[in-house]
Amino acid sequence: MAGAAADAVENLPVLDHVESHLHPEPSYDVAAHPVPTGLEEIWRFTPLKRLRGLLEGAPSDAHLAWEQQLPEGVTLTEISTEEAQALAVSAPLDRLGALAAANAGGAVLLDVPADLVVDEPIRLTLRGTASSDTVWGHVVIRVGLHAKATVLVDHVGSAAYDAFTQVVVSDGAQLDLVTVNDWDDDAVHAEQVNIRVGRDATVRAFEFTLGGDLVRTSTNVDYAGPGGSADLLGVYFADAGQHIEHRLFADHTAPRTRSNVLYKGALQGQDAHTVWIGNVLIRKVAEAIETFEQNDNLVLTDGARADSVPNLEIETGDIAGAGHASTTGRFDDQHLFYLQSRGVPEDEARRLVVHGFFNDIIRRIGIPDVQERLVTAVEHELADV
Amino acid sequence: MSTLEIKNLHVSVDTEDGAKEILRGVDLTINSGEIHAIMGPNGSGKSTLAYSIAGHPKYDVTDGEVLLDGQNVLELSVDERARAGLFLAMQYPVEVPGVSVANFLRTAKTAIDGEAPKLRTWVKDVNAALERVTLDPAFAQRSVNEGFSGGEKKRHEIAQLELLNPKFAVLDETDSGLDIDALKVVSDGVNRYSGQGDRGVLLITHYTRILRYIEPDFVHVFVAGRLAETGGRELADELEASGYDKYVKAAAV
Ligand SMILES: Nc1ncnc2c1ncn2[C@@H]1O[C@H](COP(=O)(O)OP(=O)(O)O)[C@@H](O)[C@H]1O
Ligand SMILES: [Mg+2]
Repeated sequence: MAGAAADAVENLPVLDHVESHLHPEPSYDVAAHPVPTGLEEIWRFTPLKRLRGLLEGAPSDAHLAWEQQLPEGVTLTEISTEEAQALAVSAPLDRLGALAAANAGGAVLLDVPADLVVDEPIRLTLRGTASSDTVWGHVVIRVGLHAKATVLVDHVGSAAYDAFTQVVVSDGAQLDLVTVNDWDDDAVHAEQVNIRVGRDATVRAFEFTLGGDLVRTSTNVDYAGPGGSADLLGVYFADAGQHIEHRLFADHTAPRTRSNVLYKGALQGQDAHTVWIGNVLIRKVAEAIETFEQNDNLVLTDGARADSVPNLEIETGDIAGAGHASTTGRFDDQHLFYLQSRGVPEDEARRLVVHGFFNDIIRRIGIPDVQERLVTAVEHELADV
Repeated sequence: MSTLEIKNLHVSVDTEDGAKEILRGVDLTINSGEIHAIMGPNGSGKSTLAYSIAGHPKYDVTDGEVLLDGQNVLELSVDERARAGLFLAMQYPVEVPGVSVANFLRTAKTAIDGEAPKLRTWVKDVNAALERVTLDPAFAQRSVNEGFSGGEKKRHEIAQLELLNPKFAVLDETDSGLDIDALKVVSDGVNRYSGQGDRGVLLITHYTRILRYIEPDFVHVFVAGRLAETGGRELADELEASGYDKYVKAAAV
């Protein structure tokens, strides 16, 4: 795999680090990311005790069991940590990301070569086989120049899993990355997904979080050149006691780039807790960019809590459009009344409203069986009220 | 032959200063085949009457009954009332994001009929109902009422009326805010529904304009939470000429 870096997107020009408590200096060096106390801006929402010792970084050889469906031309190989780092994306932005890269002992590279257009989805199922396992993961997804692919990463089973995932979308490439976090109830999942969007490349990253005791993911996007576009779309459903945290960071490192973040969540049950952090940084070079971020939460019962924090940092005066919105609310009684006044029973009316709430995102996934599965999963969650 | 009887209906709403009585003893009987127009000034309680019949949770019935063929619907939930044969065309139809008109109509029809409509004829029926109220069939793919203009929302209510075909329809100011073309479209829909002969209509309106297109059997003047006068078509003409002043003053005494 000596040529692994050959058609990676070009490295970013060296950018000044923008001093901000919202996004620390990226580094592969674990020592550069101090052990958090829980008071730091990037840690304050996370119940550190429930990370099951991941922050201590104890080595482990345990793995998730991988199953894959690879269309013709797509390869899955093992590469060294150094080779992975050479495939440029932003270095880890927090300790969990750095620990995963350092402890995984090499990475798995999913490679879609240049110019290959794959219509059927590439499916990866990553199964945790024992909740007592600590698993370090390092995954690289590379979509070559002008290639086009849909990648499904399906997390099931149980483990304490911490992963660093690099996603390289080369110039002119198009990627739909669909991540499903459908863990068993006792799983712990931390992941940092760092995406670099090439010139005129398009990525849509979908994330669906349903299961797990604690899920904390950070998805960080930056741009290797102008014209890149990123949609970061998420749906989550938290039950009693679950902590689901999604952190998004769109770092506009190039002009005329676009980011659109839309996450929607529903919560039900005592101490169901969700966190959504949407950071956007528009750098000086990033003229004429467009960004919008939105998070909507539907609180279905008492005792559940949704935190939602959008942040927009702007360093240039020339922006095509920037905005954010965040809503957290209960069921709208007017919606239910309207549907019921047409004869629809209350429980079915609720289901329609929740489906309607999520449908906006689910209908955009290009994999019909995953769409159906998510609709069914939402159905199932609602039946548990 | 069905009957909707409203007997001594008293309704309050919760306000910051405690319960406020809005309906103060409404008595009205509607038989199938009849069109009753209720006319009254703003704030007199017309929507409160409509919502109370439909069962909106905001309104607290403190006394009285609403009987549909002898059954007190006040004991039923909102959806049970609809399945019993009541329909309310709302003054301000609600937007339901993410729920398509097609899905909504099919779910409602299935609930009302107790079985799913036949797929092949149903799609045609929906398209025809939309076209009759001059809504493009593409509306079936849009979210319920989301981004519809005021007139489109009202026409959508009438399309639902025709598709669900209830025993009794309460139309709350369906005419308000419509231009003359839309008013005719809506009136035609109400006349088609009523023209079946065995359906009852309670047509709530602020203006006499719609009564040029819909012929009422009875006209009621509604002031300060109750019926102040009942007559025929001539009462509407009188209101057109002299307004509600006389009745408002009398109610204030
Ligand atoms: N939630 C509420 N709190 C206080 N007053 C209300 C509330 N809802 C309705 N009302 C009052 O009840 C009266 C009747 O309202 P409504 O039934 O909407 O009248 P109409 O439809 O005839 O215009 C009005 O005076 C209105 O202000
Ligand atoms: Mg009104």
